[in-house]
Amino acid sequence: MSAVTQTPTRPLTPRPAGGPAQSARDSLVVAKRNLIRMSRIPEMVIFGLIQPIMFVVLFSYVFGGSMNIGGTTDSGVYREFLMAGIFAQTVTFATAGAGAGIADDMHKGLIDRFRSLPMARGAVLTGRTLADLVQTALTLLVLAIVALLVGWRIHEGIPKALGAFGLLLLLGYAFTWIGALIGLSVRTPEAATSGGLIWLFPVTFISNAFVDSSQMTPWLRHIADWNPFSATVQACRELFGNPGVSHSGAWPMQHSVWASLLWSVLIIVVFRTLSVRKYRNATA
Amino acid sequence: MPGAIYAEGLVKTFGDVRALDGVDLDVPEGTVLGLLGPNGAGKTTAVRCLTTLLTPDSGKAVVAGIDVLKHPNEVRRSIGLSGQFAAVDEYLTGRENLQMVGQLYQMKAKAAKVRAAELLDRFHLTDAADRPSKTYSGGMRRRLDLAAALVVSPPVMFMDEPTTGLDPRNRLQLWEVIQELVAGGTTLLLTTQYLEEADHLAHDICVIDHGRVIARGTSDQLKAQTGGERVEVVVHEREHITTAAEVLAGFGKGEATVEQHTRKLTVPVSGGAKLLAEVIRELDVRGIEIDDIGLRRPTLDDVFISLTGHVAEEKVDENGAAAAAAQPRKRKKEAGK
Repeated sequence: MSAVTQTPTRPLTPRPAGGPAQSARDSLVVAKRNLIRMSRIPEMVIFGLIQPIMFVVLFSYVFGGSMNIGGTTDSGVYREFLMAGIFAQTVTFATAGAGAGIADDMHKGLIDRFRSLPMARGAVLTGRTLADLVQTALTLLVLAIVALLVGWRIHEGIPKALGAFGLLLLLGYAFTWIGALIGLSVRTPEAATSGGLIWLFPVTFISNAFVDSSQMTPWLRHIADWNPFSATVQACRELFGNPGVSHSGAWPMQHSVWASLLWSVLIIVVFRTLSVRKYRNATA
Repeated sequence: MPGAIYAEGLVKTFGDVRALDGVDLDVPEGTVLGLLGPNGAGKTTAVRCLTTLLTPDSGKAVVAGIDVLKHPNEVRRSIGLSGQFAAVDEYLTGRENLQMVGQLYQMKAKAAKVRAAELLDRFHLTDAADRPSKTYSGGMRRRLDLAAALVVSPPVMFMDEPTTGLDPRNRLQLWEVIQELVAGGTTLLLTTQYLEEADHLAHDICVIDHGRVIARGTSDQLKAQTGGERVEVVVHEREHITTAAEVLAGFGKGEATVEQHTRKLTVPVSGGAKLLAEVIRELDVRGIEIDDIGLRRPTLDDVFISLTGHVAEEKVDENGAAAAAAQPRKRKKEAGK
């Protein structure tokens, strides 16, 4: 190991420091790292795909015949109703992956390594959430094909459908920032996985995702109507032209696309700020 | 003018635990400071404060001429950190890891690539360069971690227990690398629990315990401070230990320390070889058979025991059972470990 220590063969040419350009560059470097990781752990991606497909099959065939959507219990109608809910549930489950990944990086000392480098402060987390966004998009694509196979259809044209997928991805991206904060706050990757999952069940079930929320008791219905998650589901049903659109008078149900956008942006702003602050002081 | 690493009155508390209780350090450029102490003494906390990972409650820190608290990001450009746990991404190959670190040090992608190849070659990792680092042995991972810390050839390096958990061969290899680094002008702060390591690598040694520097100086100075030579005897029969201890106490300047399981007795003396001959004669007169006897200078182990009243290394397990037994004062596990 003779020449390890000699002065560098070329002087380090530092690029201009700081600013959004460096932040974007560093985030992409970290995103690339996380995507390479995902490609080397394909079983993680595959489990991420199996889960929503399982939900589609279970919900549509177990619950299918007994759900009243828009005055009919036809299981075909329920399957079309269900898909927006499953899509939205699937993107929110990316939360747990982001949390576990970040907790694992803390545990293994990688966050220490990153924090000792002259890189943009938010880049480790932004890179991770961007990589998760790619995975979420991939999952959505596969899930949409499965949905088409079980009878789900787009009735309002491709542009609106793409808009719906855009809202779904934005919601998923927002939720990975919640996952990031969980990952930075717990001690072990295992805790991040379970901590990242449990709260998603009430969030996704006290909503219009799987049942017609107008049939809920009033107080529960109010929660469901104002649930950020419901807004995206409602917007997707409208944009896909699927049955079971809520006629509730609540503002987010009346203006679901705006509500979905606003909720997602609000979540990103709040949780990104909290996460980056937490990251600055992170100790494993 | 302060050295390449300079700290004054560093204090860091976690809850009611004072992990650092007013630490001063001054490492001249191009030298190695060995920060020595048991688990939980505050070594890692000190390194974390100096490498911008932790903000101290009070005190001053300057690294490579830059104020750590005022300009942390400038400090990060000038330092390399190699941690206790090899912090590389196990699913990335060695090459990918080094390229990523280079880019995050703000090198251009192409320059990072060239530098990665160079380091892989120098650390004998070229054959394994395109395998995920998960498949590397412990020594290889440690070399990769060190390579990552050297991507930009930083003028100041911090190594937190670089050889903990390595086998002797890998430890010697890493020592060689460290010596080359320093020969090339790098300033290094090295923490270790191994007294032998500090003795071997460091120009100056700081002994730290309970967040305070309890002694500092060169290895020789510390040994001199502990006092002169010792006579060490290993008796053949266990039942002779007590008698032998009496004999040694008669010649020594203090009590003999006894290690029951190795049948080894040690006593500080002054009188050199002549005294040693007398000890041998006296033991012979009393009919005590000996396996080994010798005169030796104090080791850093003796220094540590005389300074702190407990041994530096824990030999029982890693989970702190031995540490708890050896260290009378209760303290929480240091953050960051």
